[in-house]
Amino acid sequence: MNVQIQPPRTPAEAALIDAFGERLSLLPGNGEVTLKRDAAIEAIKAGLPTRRVEAWHYTDLRRLLTAVPPFDATAAATPVAPLIEGSPVLALLNGTASKAAAIEGVTVSAVSEKLGDGTYAPALGPQDADDAIGALNSAFVADGWLLNIADGTVLEKPIELQNVQAGGQVHARFAVKVGAGVTATIVERQTGTGSALVSSVDNLVVGEGSNITWVIVQEQPDTATHLGQFNAWIGKDAKLTLFVMNTGGKLVRQEIRVVTKGQGSDFQLRGVNLLAGDTHTDVTMVLDHAVPHTGSREIVRNVVTDKANGVFQGRINVHQIAQKTDARMACNTLLLSDEGEFSTKPELEIFADDVQCGHGATVTEIDRNHLFYLMARGIDEKTARGLLVKAFVAEVIEELEDEPVVDALEALLHNWFQTHG
Amino acid sequence: MLEIKNLHARVAETGVEIIRGLNLTVQDGEVAAIMGPNGSGKSTLSYVLAGREDYEVTEGEILYNGQSILEMDPAERAASGIFLAFQYPMEIPGVATMEFLKVAMNAQRKARGEDPLSIPDLMKRVKHAAGELSMDLGMLKRPLNVGFSGGEKKRAEILQMKLLEPKLCVLDETDSGLDIDALKIVADGVNQLRSPDRSIVVITHYQRLLDYIVPDSVHVLYKGQVIKSGDKSLAYELEENGYAGIIEEAA
Repeated sequence: MNVQIQPPRTPAEAALIDAFGERLSLLPGNGEVTLKRDAAIEAIKAGLPTRRVEAWHYTDLRRLLTAVPPFDATAAATPVAPLIEGSPVLALLNGTASKAAAIEGVTVSAVSEKLGDGTYAPALGPQDADDAIGALNSAFVADGWLLNIADGTVLEKPIELQNVQAGGQVHARFAVKVGAGVTATIVERQTGTGSALVSSVDNLVVGEGSNITWVIVQEQPDTATHLGQFNAWIGKDAKLTLFVMNTGGKLVRQEIRVVTKGQGSDFQLRGVNLLAGDTHTDVTMVLDHAVPHTGSREIVRNVVTDKANGVFQGRINVHQIAQKTDARMACNTLLLSDEGEFSTKPELEIFADDVQCGHGATVTEIDRNHLFYLMARGIDEKTARGLLVKAFVAEVIEELEDEPVVDALEALLHNWFQTHG
Repeated sequence: MLEIKNLHARVAETGVEIIRGLNLTVQDGEVAAIMGPNGSGKSTLSYVLAGREDYEVTEGEILYNGQSILEMDPAERAASGIFLAFQYPMEIPGVATMEFLKVAMNAQRKARGEDPLSIPDLMKRVKHAAGELSMDLGMLKRPLNVGFSGGEKKRAEILQMKLLEPKLCVLDETDSGLDIDALKIVADGVNQLRSPDRSIVVITHYQRLLDYIVPDSVHVLYKGQVIKSGDKSLAYELEENGYAGIIEEAA
């Protein structure tokens, strides 16, 4: 007989369970929504994932999540300037949706409304036994934005979704349903001023033939815990480019779960992790090539300084019917400190027999020959190193075709090096 | 301009001595050719002058305008006016050529206490210099040296040299990998830079380059030492008879 022995609860686990008891009556929704919340907290009661759980091997959440701040209804968060000037902003301030901007071709509603009337209940709940972020978020989610982008809409400016925290806890949702033949860029900002515990879940459905670029910029202060999850389902002949940039946070896990649902669909992931201080940042992707004739390419570039610790797990599942899949994944790390660490785990699980799949990972230091060449032209060592490190990352940013977005991301890169270079 | 006295240098990692008591003096405005067989230490000499960390100077002195440069790092040497045109210029992905030129020129100006160049001023200078070298301006938008042909890389080196206006130019096998047309363009570029206050050290394996860049002096390097010096006729003598005679004579 197997006896499951539950270890004693950590202070963080206990705090979450207590907080649920206190919060539940204040959270929007009842009936089905409440049932979903109750079910979700059971997953937390069973214990946060440890390194024994394969998907959490490098991020032992039970050990790393040392404290959970209480909710702070008085925390005052203010919106930040949009990444691209003139973008319509849909802000979530201290977990609450503010006034919606009107955007042509886009129907916008607050998640709190849809929780309140119960229509959002089906979207709640962890996706599987390892989905601690989904469970945490489903238990506590209070608000967020729901967007419906109509068929044929072409957005001139990116829509910016902001999740701005000022301490306490914030559990947010951004759900975007994209119709057919849409061209749009969505910028997601995860930022703030406090030492919050943030969970933020995105659900994106991309309709036939649409071309969507989604840019996640996570720049939390180095006292905050950020648990993000991006879910996407890509339709026939549609293309999704996801760009993830992590430049902050004390404990960060950004999950990416993508399914190519329609033939001819394509997924591109570009990731930049700029890691400094005594922090832990984990980007974990699970990509399912679920139908024939789909492609994907993932390039993640990491810069590790100080005592920072980084993780990239990339799992590509090629289903048995997914013939002619073309998937390539690369993870390159520039290790600039002896005390920094980066762990990479690529996994390919292939059940189809006519596919092209590959992966590669490198961990390097700055190329001394390159450094000498630049210095031999009179560029001092610090500047030369900065140029080379920036170049390493900029290569990935410059692949984005949207010039204002490229410029804005390069400006963020520049700012990061001003502080950490 | 340059005075090298009893220089000994070795590979830092292995301790193998390459430069073994080298003496060389180059006057202001002089074009000095350094010739020698493979493995004589020609490229090592160029790297030691530029301050590459992979080599250690164990003995002797390098004086540049009377000052020792041994304690200076490559950037300080470059800012003081020493320029090395690489035999194999590095390909640096992600660094746009134009951006690199801007940073390099302004770094040197800053080190000399001058104001940075404005973008239009910089563009004008670069366009002018590139034009003189028959370079395609499109190249300047590409990452530094990435995908450049051998000839394009050498031209890019000379372009940098023209823009940075060094006082002491060291050209390491600038002729290697060049066809005759490219060689002429590169040599013209170098010749335009000849001036009474600028010295040029041309390191080459073959005499061919010296038909286009006519040297004031020729020095034969062998086993890390200058074993014979002379005027340009020494280069012709080497071309006729090879290195064997001179090596024997010196032994």
